[in-house]
Amino acid sequence: MSESQSQNEPDTPEERGRSSWSTLLRMAKPRATRANVFAAVLALGLGFAIATQVQQTNQSGLDQLREDELVRILDDVNQEQGRLGNDTRALEVTRDRLLSGVDSSTEALKAAEERLDTLGILTGTAPASGPGVVITITDPDHKVTAALLLDALQELRDAGAEAVQIGGVRVVADTWFADADGGVKVGGERLTSPYVIRAIGDSATMASAMDIPGGVTESVRREGAVSEVKQVPKVDVTALHSLDEPRYARPVPAPSN
Amino acid sequence: MIPFLGLIGGVLIGLVWGPHVPLALQPYLPIAVIAALDAVFGAVRAVLDGIFNDKVFVVSFLANVVVAAFIVFLGDQLGVGAQLSTGVVVVLGVRIFSNVASIRRHLFKA
Repeated sequence: MSESQSQNEPDTPEERGRSSWSTLLRMAKPRATRANVFAAVLALGLGFAIATQVQQTNQSGLDQLREDELVRILDDVNQEQGRLGNDTRALEVTRDRLLSGVDSSTEALKAAEERLDTLGILTGTAPASGPGVVITITDPDHKVTAALLLDALQELRDAGAEAVQIGGVRVVADTWFADADGGVKVGGERLTSPYVIRAIGDSATMASAMDIPGGVTESVRREGAVSEVKQVPKVDVTALHSLDEPRYARPVPAPSN
Repeated sequence: MIPFLGLIGGVLIGLVWGPHVPLALQPYLPIAVIAALDAVFGAVRAVLDGIFNDKVFVVSFLANVVVAAFIVFLGDQLGVGAQLSTGVVVVLGVRIFSNVASIRRHLFKA
């Protein structure tokens, strides 16, 4: 201590510089005085405050900005909002158009499918089911002719038959009938007794059409055969007709594909 | 040495804990920090001048902080808070620079 006190009176600048460092070191030595503890506590608080403030400054967003910066940011946000609003409107218009397009194409598809079903039944390419009659003609003496079957078919069509099957042959527009040995050829297939005709339509109308005087039932009986007409709530016409591509006829207007 | 360790410890506590500054204190904390730094540099200079006094350091530290915060508070009440904060920062900054210059002359003779 006495040495340091003697250094308190330096003569040259170099000695004064050394004494300054030693003074600093001497003061920095840990001393258990009350003031030193106070200073330590204050320094602790200062360090804590610095760290806290630095973190606060790093974390804080808009509240640390100046007014002109806030105005600029507000302008940016407004412009962005306007642009996004335009985008939103355009996208909504597109979405509505697509949705209505989906609706109309769904409708068109549904209509096309319904038309396909109808045409399938008409052309015999789709199996059909519904109320109707089952006519069984038992002809042990082979007296039933193609003309008689054709008459029966015409009667059924007049009575509103929508889908007809004779034996295993689906009857369509170009189905033909011909007499064959011991049977009848229908659409190229030879059928023999008993002939089973399944027709879908108004069963009561078709049954009465069969039974009118001079009708099918009477003609069959005159030929010595037996015809039985059964009205059935559900007739399955499962035989299919395979379509041939027409060689000469072309649809008008021409199909798109 | 012990105050320096205290400073380091305080920074570490603040970093680890990471407390949120209450809204009411947010305008005053930065000014208070700068005022405290001014007191610290003044104390180092006083040590080198050989006139350091523990009691003076503690009192000046606390007084600096309180007065700086009060000036900012007063400025806020008068509607010139931002300007007065700038003024306080400038004044304290000048003082810190002059203190650092004095310390530098003591230690490096330059």
